[in-house]
Amino acid sequence: MTDLTPGLTSTLRQTWVITLRDLKHWQREPWGPVFGILFAIMMLLIFGYLFGGAIEMPGGGTYLPYLLPGVLALTMMFGIDGTMAVVTEDTKRGVTDRFRSLPMSGLAVPLGRAVADLGNSAVQLGVLMLGGLLIGWRIEGSFLEAAVAVGLLLWLRLAMLWLGIFLGLTLRMEGALTMVQVLVWPLGFCSSLFVSPETMPGWLGFLAAWNPVSATATACRDLFGNPTGITSGMLADHAVLVALAWPAVLLAVFVPLSVRAFRRLG
Amino acid sequence: MTSTPLSARHVRKRYRDTQALDGLDLEVTTGTVHALLGPNGAGKSTAVNVFATLTRPDAGEVRVGGHDAVRHPARVRSAIGLVGQSAALDEALHGRENLVMFGRLHGLSKTSAVRRAGELLDAFGLAEAGDRKVSGYSGGMRRRLDIAAGLVTRPQLLFLDEPTTGLDPRARHEVWEMVRQVVADGTTVLLTTQYLDEADQLADMVTVLGAGRVIAEGTPSALKSDLGGDRVIITASRPDDLARMTGVLGSAAAVDPDRLEVTVEAGPAGGGAAVVEAVRSLDSAGITVDDVLLRRPTLDEVFLHLTAPEGAAR
Repeated sequence: MTDLTPGLTSTLRQTWVITLRDLKHWQREPWGPVFGILFAIMMLLIFGYLFGGAIEMPGGGTYLPYLLPGVLALTMMFGIDGTMAVVTEDTKRGVTDRFRSLPMSGLAVPLGRAVADLGNSAVQLGVLMLGGLLIGWRIEGSFLEAAVAVGLLLWLRLAMLWLGIFLGLTLRMEGALTMVQVLVWPLGFCSSLFVSPETMPGWLGFLAAWNPVSATATACRDLFGNPTGITSGMLADHAVLVALAWPAVLLAVFVPLSVRAFRRLG
Repeated sequence: MTSTPLSARHVRKRYRDTQALDGLDLEVTTGTVHALLGPNGAGKSTAVNVFATLTRPDAGEVRVGGHDAVRHPARVRSAIGLVGQSAALDEALHGRENLVMFGRLHGLSKTSAVRRAGELLDAFGLAEAGDRKVSGYSGGMRRRLDIAAGLVTRPQLLFLDEPTTGLDPRARHEVWEMVRQVVADGTTVLLTTQYLDEADQLADMVTVLGAGRVIAEGTPSALKSDLGGDRVIITASRPDDLARMTGVLGSAAAVDPDRLEVTVEAGPAGGGAAVVEAVRSLDSAGITVDDVLLRRPTLDEVFLHLTAPEGAAR
């Protein structure tokens, strides 16, 4: 209360110092993000060419235009473990404790990380979309619609990276990172990213349709003018709204929890 | 700068099933090196974390540089530098970039952060390595950079948590030299260590911790003399001499027949006088000996004595 709470300008300045530091990591050791992009391209090729021929779309349409927004959303979601890994590493090394011993805002360290990772994700997204265009994916919607779609993808990424920050700060046991890396697979696949929920058994289709990443993928398909694979229900009518709402809920929960976890680490 | 760098009263901290700090009292004097000595689990690191505002104590009062650590953590953070157990550096950044970053996070402008980084690199022999990635540094260089990072804002009080753990002897001496330099520049240092020679070398005052409490406190020499005075150990050249030697040296002499040793406790006049007296009396009795050794208690003995389980103390 009577504490010298750092003002907004110094918080922003500290955030920027942390952002630059995190960006310098990508520059000095680019293998993490480069591998992330290669991985996404691999998923695109495996599903597009290996499985794609066997997949039929409910309501017609070809698979590649359906798949590509799904891979984009998956890449945003799989960002969780990348963010978590660097946060865990800082905490293990004692770098986080040193930050905590400095007279700085509790928000600056996680926020700086968030800004840097978001920048990295924007680059990933650009590379993937270019790759998609090269193998025959087309944006049928307007430029504005496409821009909104990109915005929704980054919005999802923002929520996922705060979740990653939170997990990195709170899960301290050995193997926590591996556990998260394994768990993102069923969470990513039980969704509309690769196949339409309408082809799944009822209860599973319900879960898949309500998966936060499904909303983003469906909204992007809509905005890019690609087949959504969803013919009825809430997602068919209000995908963009749901794609805005899910990350907002996640952010409202995990931003305060992360800042609190940062301060309470000891 | 006249306020006490650190004063802690009845500090308690419990982690699930261990009472890490159990009523810790500590007073650190300006301009000194104060060592917290204790075995693993004695509460040294918890104490540092509480003092550096990383951990909230369950009870008790901690004032750092005159500020209450619980109510005004930000003020405390402005007055301290923390160097934790592992080198808390960014491995992908250059040495200089690390120092500039921590300086800027402390609120220095870009120019002053760059200037300060240069000063620190020069002062601690890292000027050449400054523009290389930290991941290529040796353990000793890393530690020196780590300590330098704790000094960017010339803190009133610097915490060093086991600063030389894992370093080779040469690097340890470099770090010790650096700590002396830091104190000469006017910073008070609180260091934790398991190494008694480190406390002996550096500390003006030693607090021995056991189970989260202070079990002894004093200057290194006071702690040593508390344990008992110097001893003179004389090795006989023949077993037959042992009985005559005790006759000459007095009834207080203790005999170890297996090692052919006779031990005499030095009186208040000290070890030197005891050696002279022993040699003189043996000589006048015509007894030749193999060896005469003056033993002063080491801080190790103090430590083992104080931290021995109840009843096991000698």
